[in-house]
Amino acid sequence: MRSPVRFERRLEQPKWLNWAIPVLSLVAALVLGAIVLLATGKNPIEVYDRIFERGFAGTRALSGSIKTATPLAFTGLCAAVAFRMGLINIGGEGQFYMGAVGATWAGLAFGNDLPTGVLVIVMSLSGMLWGGFYAAIVGVLRAKFNTNEIITSLMMNYIAAIFLNYLIYNSTSYWRDPKSRNFPAGKPIPKRADWNVYEIFGTRIPLSFLIAVMAAVGVWVLYKRTRFGFEVGVIADSPKAARYAGIRTSSTIIIVLALSGALAGLGGAADVGNFRGLLDSKGLQMSGYGYTGIVVAALARFNPISTIVVAVLIGGLTNAGFALQGPDFPSGLVGTLQGLILFTAVAGEVLVRYRIRRNRRTVAVAA
Amino acid sequence: MNSNLVVIIAASAIFYGTPLFFAALGGIITERSGVLNLGVEGTMLLGAVTGAWASQHIPGSAWFTVLASIFIGMTAGALTSALLAFLCVTLRTNQTVAGLAITIFAGGVGLSSYFANIWKVAEGPVDRQIRKFDVLGLGDSPIVGPIIFNQTILTYVSWVLVIGVSFYLFRTRFGLQLRAVGESPQTADAMGIDVVKYRYVHTIVGGALAGLGGVYYSLAIVPTWVNGMTRGAGWIAIALVIFGFWRPGITLLGAYLFGALQSLGSTLKARNVNISGDILDALPFFMTIVVLVLISSRFAHRRLGAPASLGVPYEREER
Repeated sequence: MRSPVRFERRLEQPKWLNWAIPVLSLVAALVLGAIVLLATGKNPIEVYDRIFERGFAGTRALSGSIKTATPLAFTGLCAAVAFRMGLINIGGEGQFYMGAVGATWAGLAFGNDLPTGVLVIVMSLSGMLWGGFYAAIVGVLRAKFNTNEIITSLMMNYIAAIFLNYLIYNSTSYWRDPKSRNFPAGKPIPKRADWNVYEIFGTRIPLSFLIAVMAAVGVWVLYKRTRFGFEVGVIADSPKAARYAGIRTSSTIIIVLALSGALAGLGGAADVGNFRGLLDSKGLQMSGYGYTGIVVAALARFNPISTIVVAVLIGGLTNAGFALQGPDFPSGLVGTLQGLILFTAVAGEVLVRYRIRRNRRTVAVAA
Repeated sequence: MNSNLVVIIAASAIFYGTPLFFAALGGIITERSGVLNLGVEGTMLLGAVTGAWASQHIPGSAWFTVLASIFIGMTAGALTSALLAFLCVTLRTNQTVAGLAITIFAGGVGLSSYFANIWKVAEGPVDRQIRKFDVLGLGDSPIVGPIIFNQTILTYVSWVLVIGVSFYLFRTRFGLQLRAVGESPQTADAMGIDVVKYRYVHTIVGGALAGLGGVYYSLAIVPTWVNGMTRGAGWIAIALVIFGFWRPGITLLGAYLFGALQSLGSTLKARNVNISGDILDALPFFMTIVVLVLISSRFAHRRLGAPASLGVPYEREER
């Protein structure tokens, strides 16, 4: 059997692919999504129109989308940082929870004593430490025992979720509101520990979104402009060459995973400081920021700066999903669309590596 | 004697281990061909939701409905992994990311919950279930009764499959060729084996088994639909493939070990044993990590039987 097309490996990757692939992926995902919608008896144009209206049209929609985009930007960066080294950290979810735990602790402990500006820093650092350490465990196992980081990081998501439940529902921990007897809830951090929200041209921009942008620039600089970033690149491309060059592979693995987890943890801190104001066990587990972050990073082709842009895009989609949820906009639809986007982004990579040529019919005479 | 704690744990280890085994067996078949399927969790959930739907809606006698539900769940799993095969084999994408895409697409907040929502699966119980039955009236016999003679039909199917798949992998020409494809597709191709066909077929069969594991969840374990009801079973199954050294027999034992861990919480709680439920809930996940560390550290350099080309796309042009 002769296939109608053949793949030719590209010798160099043209620059225009960097934006063409994500755009094409999105369009293809929307087309596939339309098929799913049609097959289940919905009008795709109507659904997409409403998603756009609720996600992006006007300052109110945009404010909501940026709010939803903020945690995704952090978890997206978390996935992107690790993937740059060929490490698949799907533990962003658990590292995000741990960051939230750490930041809530800092907010509760120092909330009444420190000025807001210092509190933001203390909460961020605490969140990064918790998230970073949690991911570093995966890093140590990978570096010292060569244990597959994909499965361990995922298992640790479940463990972190159980830990959250323990803190809020099944114990009288420091994080639980003692006033909540019948309906257990987290203890709110003092008002002074709330992070700022700025208003720019009517659009509300939380401080943590700006922090995410700075973090993205920081990651970009780290990977493109420093010796460490160069070494990470060498390890990713050729572990053997890295060993010959005397690069310490195992400590680099641990550092990269810790950094990746610290970014997710910072997202958790932002979740507490800028948005929820307490450790919301159920809310965190229902959001699935970590998993969506993987979609964000993949569509951004693991580039930190594009990750921010894509986060706003996916944030808008998610935000519209929340706003529209109801009988004629079933939950799970947004997740399905995100999955489709991930598919098409993955499939789009084939265009980066290969040129697809038609096999001429005349050649296939041999019968 | 049959209410002895050990007997109960052993019986529920088999009951809860069976779906893990189906998914892991699917994983073995898929990975032996050199394709890594990280989409097992999502595939199981799609099998579970379609199976639950079928059980609620297909008319006819109870056994016919259950049989049809199993078939539909397996078909859903097969279709899902056909998509994976298209991405990994035809488009030669990164298999890790492609598998993750399947799990995110089909998983707890994706297509499976979308289907559950529009089909209103969660609104009623899944009445027509896969029930345990008493084999030859031996279910009451001491010790072995509840453990061996009082399980669901699928458990007995799984025992047949252990032997069948082991025979297929290690005693038939197809199995030999399959392993060749997983070890060195270049060599297999040179011998005239159709690498692409082998990878497609075995990925799809593996997906059907994952779907079967999913149906077991919605029809035998949990009587009503809950979004994301497999709770990481697909991922544990992936770890079990490694734990079982890519061999069905050892994997079966591993599945029962994890089945015991998963059921330990509810069993002990029913007995009023005073252990924190959270620790018991976390145990399977924690043990998966421990097991992975042990395996990867001690034998990492002595090859365990991982197919050499696992996860590597085959590019014929670059042979």
